Amino acid sequence: MREILIISGKGGTGKTSLTAAFAHISANKIICDLDVDTPDLHLLLQPDHEKEVEFHAGNEAKIDPAGCISCGICEDMCRYNAIHQENDTFVVDPIRCEGCKVCVTFCPEQTISFPEKHCGTWYVSSTRFGTMVHAQLFPGEENSGRLVSLLKNEAKKLAKEKNIDCILSDGAPGIGCPVISSLSGTNFVVLVTEPTPSGRHDLERVAALCEHFRLRAGVIVNKADLNVDETEKIERFCRGKEYPLLAKLPHDSLVTEAMVKGVAVTELGESAIGTEIRQAWEQIEKLAG
Amino acid sequence: MKISVASGKGGTGKTTVTASLATIWDSPLLAVDLDVEEPNLHLFLHPELGPPTKAWMEVPELDVGKCNLCGDCVELCQFKALSIMISTLTLYPDMCHGCGGCIAICKEKALSPAKRELGEIYEGKTGDIDFLSGTLRVGEAMTPPLMEQVKKRMAVIIEDSGKDVILDAPPGVSCPAICAVIDSDVIVLVTDATPFGFYDFKLAWESFAPLGKPMGVVINRAGMGTDDIYQFCAEKNIPLLAEIPFDRTIAEAYSRGRVISDVSKELNEVFASLRDKIRVLADQSGKEGSHA
Repeated sequence: MREILIISGKGGTGKTSLTAAFAHISANKIICDLDVDTPDLHLLLQPDHEKEVEFHAGNEAKIDPAGCISCGICEDMCRYNAIHQENDTFVVDPIRCEGCKVCVTFCPEQTISFPEKHCGTWYVSSTRFGTMVHAQLFPGEENSGRLVSLLKNEAKKLAKEKNIDCILSDGAPGIGCPVISSLSGTNFVVLVTEPTPSGRHDLERVAALCEHFRLRAGVIVNKADLNVDETEKIERFCRGKEYPLLAKLPHDSLVTEAMVKGVAVTELGESAIGTEIRQAWEQIEKLAG
Repeated sequence: MKISVASGKGGTGKTTVTASLATIWDSPLLAVDLDVEEPNLHLFLHPELGPPTKAWMEVPELDVGKCNLCGDCVELCQFKALSIMISTLTLYPDMCHGCGGCIAICKEKALSPAKRELGEIYEGKTGDIDFLSGTLRVGEAMTPPLMEQVKKRMAVIIEDSGKDVILDAPPGVSCPAICAVIDSDVIVLVTDATPFGFYDFKLAWESFAPLGKPMGVVINRAGMGTDDIYQFCAEKNIPLLAEIPFDRTIAEAYSRGRVISDVSKELNEVFASLRDKIRVLADQSGKEGSHA
């Protein structure tokens, strides 16, 4: 099984547009959107939901005012500043509650309940490029890492059932919890960057994260012609770290045009950028082994 | 006044807007980078930074010899940081969320406070602007605890100085983004008008609206994408604070690390007008607040 993950560190470098193009040109694979917070791949793939499942994870403390004796132990022990006194009872702020159960455990009156939280929805869908696994965390919710792990497991299960040996995943920006979850079990990471100070700085951090987890990675410089000097610096970085440079793609309005039409850029007929994306994919397939 | 610049989708121009606003702000200012996973504001404001301070989170340390395997800590821990395997308690400090529950519940005192490094906090100055940021340790999964510590430092600085704050938030709409905007007086949402930008903008608006803060939108790369966002903002009464035109010369200036408000007189005026509109938005909310 080959698991290929597209991430970037910095947001907006073109992860999702590239994932959609790879999904278009590759043969058998399960497509996975692991950006469960702000997923966008479905806007290009228009999935038909075949299965829709509620995502429950974590719990949230709720104080029953009838049983509260206002001792304040819960407020004292809460490390997340989530509990405050209101009149003669205490209340939990659900936005700040971490779901750690400390207040529930130490309440001398046992008047704090701990219901499970419904944090989002996940889907198995059919698309014109194959089966897709994706999700939407409810706005402002937590537990994105757990949802990412769940999607990865579902994708693996489906791949086995359908005898498919490739999982192609679009990841989240950053280097925190959801990205770390998306890295586990990955065979090859595609790092998408752009030739700007932010793009290069964020590439270096996300590359360090891959190194931390001993994962192999390659780099795509998107909008490479925007700043030739910065692109050169990124190339130097890649040589130094022995990351294969998979492609230098031009800054091309065709990508936005495809996005507005809701298609992958490679679906718009022959184009220079399309050809380069195909070549990059051939390399990725070889490197992912 | 605390202004947070947030976005939903990444790469829409949060840092560009933050750096430009900071540059033309006309009263004493603290610029804060709360995107601790990928902090970039320093690349545009070029602050002179002092030595970083390490940020730590309390996690337990285990003295296996004192453990009587009662299992109370394992039952309490919601984050799988403790488990009993082959008659031994095992601790996974990387999984710990620092709630302190296991230390409090252990009658044998087998668990005691220790710490895990979250990252580093930087302070500096660029011209008259004070600068503050956090950088998450590579490999650390939890972002909000470091953000909380940067915010604590921010509170001390503005308590002493009374400065305004402009804060660069991380992308997304889940816990780190909420953590960044939750204490601000005004939220400025930066988006582009592409389908991705619009979709993520709606998510951001849904996430932040329950916080009850005044919000306005800056449309970056205006002219690229569709008109859907304009309709949505009109329907929801979200004020359009500024439009930054889609222009390759702006993208090139950004790629050279330039602050966009310095690029041309027109762009300087765009940001001066944005600054004034943010002040009006904050004043309105202050007045409404005092009536309530």
